[in-house]
Amino acid sequence: MTVTTTVTYESALQRYEPVFGLETHVELGTRTKMFCGCITTFGAEPNTQTCPVCLGLPGSLPVANRVAIEYTIKIGLALNCSIASWCRFARKNYFYPDMPKNFQISQYDEPLCTDGYLDVLVGGKTVRVGIERVHLEEDTGKSLHVGGATGRIQGAEYSLVDYNRAGIPLVEIVTKPVPGTGYLAPEVAKAYVTELRDVLRTLGVSDVRMEEGSLRCDVNTSLSVRGSGAWGTRTETKNVNSLRSVERAVRSEIERQAGVLDAGGRVIQETRHFHEDSGVTTSGRSKEEAQDYRYFPEPDLVPVAPSSDWVEALRVSLPELPSARRARLVESWSLSELEFEALRNAGALEVVEQTVACGASPADARKWWLGELARRANDSGLEVSELPITPAQVARVAALVESGALNDRLARQVIDGVLEGEGTPDEVVAARGLAVVSDDSALLAAIDDAIAANPDVADKVRTGKTAAAGVLVGAVMKATGGKAAAARVKDLILERLS
Amino acid sequence: MDELITMTAAELSAAMAAGEVSAAEVTAAHLDRIAAVDDRVRAFLHVAGDGALAQARDIDRRRAAGEPLGPLAGVPVAVKDLFATVGMPTTCGSRILEGWHPPYESTITTRLRDAGAVLIGKTNMDEFAMGSSTENSGFWTSHNPWDLAKVPGGSSGGSAAAVAACEAPLALGTDTGGSIRQPAAVCGIVGTKPTYGGSSRYGVVAFASSLDTPGPFGRTVLDAALLHEAMSGHDPMDSTSIDAPVPSVVEAARHGDVAGMRVGVVTEFSGDGYQPGVMARFTEAVELLESLGAKVTEISCPHFTYALPAYYLIAPSEVSSNLARFDGMRYGLRAGAGSAEEVMAVTRAAGFGAEVKRRIMLGTYALSSGYYDAYYGKAQQVRTLIIRDFEAAFGQVDVLVSPVTPTTAFPIGERADDPMAMYLADLCTIPTDLAGNAAISVPCGLADEDGLPAGLQVMAPPLADDRLYRVAAAVEAALVDRWGHPLLAEAKGLV
Repeated sequence: MTVTTTVTYESALQRYEPVFGLETHVELGTRTKMFCGCITTFGAEPNTQTCPVCLGLPGSLPVANRVAIEYTIKIGLALNCSIASWCRFARKNYFYPDMPKNFQISQYDEPLCTDGYLDVLVGGKTVRVGIERVHLEEDTGKSLHVGGATGRIQGAEYSLVDYNRAGIPLVEIVTKPVPGTGYLAPEVAKAYVTELRDVLRTLGVSDVRMEEGSLRCDVNTSLSVRGSGAWGTRTETKNVNSLRSVERAVRSEIERQAGVLDAGGRVIQETRHFHEDSGVTTSGRSKEEAQDYRYFPEPDLVPVAPSSDWVEALRVSLPELPSARRARLVESWSLSELEFEALRNAGALEVVEQTVACGASPADARKWWLGELARRANDSGLEVSELPITPAQVARVAALVESGALNDRLARQVIDGVLEGEGTPDEVVAARGLAVVSDDSALLAAIDDAIAANPDVADKVRTGKTAAAGVLVGAVMKATGGKAAAARVKDLILERLS
Repeated sequence: MDELITMTAAELSAAMAAGEVSAAEVTAAHLDRIAAVDDRVRAFLHVAGDGALAQARDIDRRRAAGEPLGPLAGVPVAVKDLFATVGMPTTCGSRILEGWHPPYESTITTRLRDAGAVLIGKTNMDEFAMGSSTENSGFWTSHNPWDLAKVPGGSSGGSAAAVAACEAPLALGTDTGGSIRQPAAVCGIVGTKPTYGGSSRYGVVAFASSLDTPGPFGRTVLDAALLHEAMSGHDPMDSTSIDAPVPSVVEAARHGDVAGMRVGVVTEFSGDGYQPGVMARFTEAVELLESLGAKVTEISCPHFTYALPAYYLIAPSEVSSNLARFDGMRYGLRAGAGSAEEVMAVTRAAGFGAEVKRRIMLGTYALSSGYYDAYYGKAQQVRTLIIRDFEAAFGQVDVLVSPVTPTTAFPIGERADDPMAMYLADLCTIPTDLAGNAAISVPCGLADEDGLPAGLQVMAPPLADDRLYRVAAAVEAALVDRWGHPLLAEAKGLV
């Protein structure tokens, strides 16, 4: 057992500089598997989406899925990578029951995409994360270990294997080591995965659901002693299954490694498992005696040689990527980077943009989605985009406020009505009778009543203390059930008492 | 002997088409022959029996209904036991797959079934096609119908023996280092290794993926061509399958002709280790080609000398990976108890034979980190040099010729404990496999020392398979004319 001391994150950062890297596995959203025609729908009965090829039966042969190759090239292009003009699949040999052939068809020294980057925004600053490679491979089956305490194979009574996942196309995206982010390392790691997820979602190549395992992360972390210039030994943390966990895993490894180093120990190169509940990592298998995968070119497949015409056609077909979109929106909506991040972190980019497209001003659209609607979403545990109100309806509410037909208070009631399924904003206004009272004669009666009921206040206003008019406005608003335009009421009161 | 079993596939096909005999009678005659002699030949691991008769009766019914039927309709075909077949077990000659019934059918056997061929049974082979004698079979050794004390060659020895023993007119084999041509030569029949990618590997249990080539056996050049054409063609299920028209091999086999053809004799395939009787028949065959109008020259292919060592790095490397799936987890033998790792280890130790284990070890070593460049990488470079030797040679001549194998059939047991001696049987056939081009083995007479058959190998560039048949048919016609009867008429092992 290694001796360690307990180190806080802050003190660790005073002595050590963290370096991290991420390996992200993404299940592609192709209709069929990587090397056979089996469908890929998530959640089917175990072993119902299999065939001789993905079960690796003797004599079966793989045929590469062209769509998966296309998706991988798109990912490479979106990550500013070079696309290989010729590359091969390779066999990665190792024995494990959930791998039907006891080798995985992957790519080794000839990945499809190399040497790119992804810019991520943290605290209003841009950090460039280098991309080492993007390669294509097949997923393994899924083991369920029954009867053990840990859910792992050690100590299990028996194991069940589901091969539905075997052969689903998997893209591995490997970053270069990311040094120099200091205190922000955990945040940068999280921001990278977030940005990557947005890119993949924008490309439409994966449903990127971390909870279903369609996006999985391994986090490599090492510490170097500040000023030493030498990088430390890295660990690889697996089982990092949410964006929050990415951040916590890096942070926890920084603290743990600092503890080991402070106690005079050395960090062991190993695989570690992240525990969602406790937020710490525990040791997995040691990588010091590295497994020899005996890679060699897959002889059952022909080389992949994307023509430059094909690659260019794919480049032209790429949708607007999150970074370009950010630049465009920051510019056209006059946002600060921080305001933009707030919008993105709230998951409201899409709906706000659509609301603006329906005629609302960017400021109004942001106000409603980040304010009232974000609050409602939070209360009901939904994403804002999942609320039962459309961007067009929000734009309509904003337009009604803009025209003076509604005030903010009434507008919130209209939104209530829409969320409760009472119909469109206009239908809710009609049904609930929520229009602002715009008839001055109706208001004047209420104003006279308010003045009569508050003679002291009226006197103050008469003597020039116009701020006191607020009390009268409040009384009028109350009397009209909130349907008056407060500004108009105030004007009328001042006129009356002048 | 029932005359149906000595008829060629072409003759049977014609007789059935003319209504002179039914497919059921043809199949029954061959099943009877198997019942009569296979306890001595031991060519079959599984005989289809009723299943084959049912297929034959179905053909008779379709013929009676006036359906158009192909040339193989009703013709029995024996199938090497590494083609996945529904309704028949597939063992690859290995205990580790004993009793495995594939849930799917290979492309080639599907094509043959569709063509009306009757799959009469599965033939013995060296385990996972590794060997040159069938002595590496996990079940038993097959016997050469010329002399039952001799091996029938291998790895497709069961298929070759079955055809030579008239248990089937045609058979399927696979050639990875010579596994069709060598047994064809030592059993005195015709066998072809088509161009790599010309015949589908889908459903053919892999030995060495970059080399494995399914091909035909027949007693005549025309019969081999009939099966060759029926089994060939592009298969979208096999990525390495060539999307090109099948060479017109049947047409070529019907019109044997070497007049004006440039024939190269490979210098490297002679000398020490070659049996004098084999060389004598080979030299006569070359003289025969010359007398038939071919222009014969000698061609040196200097890198062929390195083919055998390169092959014994590349093939085992692929083996070590291809055979990893036999682990007792999903199908086949399961031995041992305890952890998955233990079951895998015990199953593989119990299920694989010595030669398979040797090659897995060789390949595992050759692919290991730190050794890859020196072994697998270097062997692939040699492979490129061999391809260049062929390209240079085919720039000067239309076909190359050599003996098929340095010796005639050797006695059972003689080389069983000497892997190097066994490997030498494939000396002349391996370069073609490494280069991926096409070659045929055609009988060219009996060696004087032992009265056993020797074969002439004809090699052609990729996709020029038809050239093989043009040459082989000319040789066959001239030799049968000279002998006055087919060579096989002299086989005495079963008399």
